[in-house]
Amino acid sequence: MNRSPKPYSDPYVAGVGLGAVLLGSYVLVGRGLGASGAFSSVVAAGAALTMGTERASSSAAMSPYLTHGFTSPLHDWLVLELLGAAVGGFLSAYFAGRLKVRMERGAHITSRSRLVWAVFGGVLMGFGAKLARGCTSGQALTGGALLSVGSWIFIATCFAAAYLLSPFAKRLWL
Amino acid sequence: MIAPFTSSGSISETGALIAAPLIGVGFGWFLERGGLGNAPKLAAQFYLTDLRVFKVMFSALLTAMIGAFWLDRLGLLDLSLVSLPDTFLVPQAVGGVLFGAGFLIAGLCPGTTCVAAATGRVDGLGVLGGLFAGVIFFDLNYGRLEHFYLSTPREGFTLPHLIGASEGVTVAIITVVALAGFVLAERIERSRA
Repeated sequence: MNRSPKPYSDPYVAGVGLGAVLLGSYVLVGRGLGASGAFSSVVAAGAALTMGTERASSSAAMSPYLTHGFTSPLHDWLVLELLGAAVGGFLSAYFAGRLKVRMERGAHITSRSRLVWAVFGGVLMGFGAKLARGCTSGQALTGGALLSVGSWIFIATCFAAAYLLSPFAKRLWL
Repeated sequence: MIAPFTSSGSISETGALIAAPLIGVGFGWFLERGGLGNAPKLAAQFYLTDLRVFKVMFSALLTAMIGAFWLDRLGLLDLSLVSLPDTFLVPQAVGGVLFGAGFLIAGLCPGTTCVAAATGRVDGLGVLGGLFAGVIFFDLNYGRLEHFYLSTPREGFTLPHLIGASEGVTVAIITVVALAGFVLAERIERSRA
């Protein structure tokens, strides 16, 4: 296999492929793609494991994710789908020679600060996605294509916030 | 036979769970192909140097939207049976702002984080840890957040209701606007090259 990484696909080709997968999901299983919901499921299962299913289920935030006790993630469509997504990403990168252990970061930031900011960004997204009831997959893509008003509000506020704050985050990326 | 196949009974609940990772493989494959497992490439969207986030996302959205619209129109898919995310106006707007800030800082979103982590990106593992922490923080404080979380509900609220147009007109408007966005995106990229 070619050792040097292949360039990424044309974004429109990748996008149409992604859209076809999403459409296939509507047709086959009557639901779209998602990601953040899977995290809720794993967190609830973790709570059920540590404090017992009964106590964890007393939380209204977690009880919907605990229909099968701490084994619920194995019955959760989104968890299985997202595990598949990790495998799909791995396979795509493998065949393109893009698998590589490395820290992706801007040119003027150390690996250590990149990691700290990465965690912080993740915390904001995790919390924001809970409030919004989904993320770029479950709201923006899936709900956007189904014309849900809440999904389009999410798209608008998400991108508006990122653009408005981008001058303050320049040091991270440029 | 009309789709979704889970509603028509030709795919069982177990069948749907078996399909989940297969659909996921396609999802992750195209995210990685599109370059979205790479945080600096995603963040470039916000500095207008590489607009592939917009291009991948909106070509995917158009494909699924137009496909779903026509399959429904041709009687092959009953779109009313496809689960529509609920709308809660204010919490979703606030959630979107927080999410957008995190997206800018992390350079990844939850789905692309999984792809980044699975392809060896250590920063992706950091975002992954942060996502779990953010969800745990929300769950721990749910008692205080519940009132706000459940406020301004608008069940099944869709853009055609909002703008008072038919679905076909709404789909056409979004398509035209997105296509204009693609033309603009190409121009911006050329001017920055």
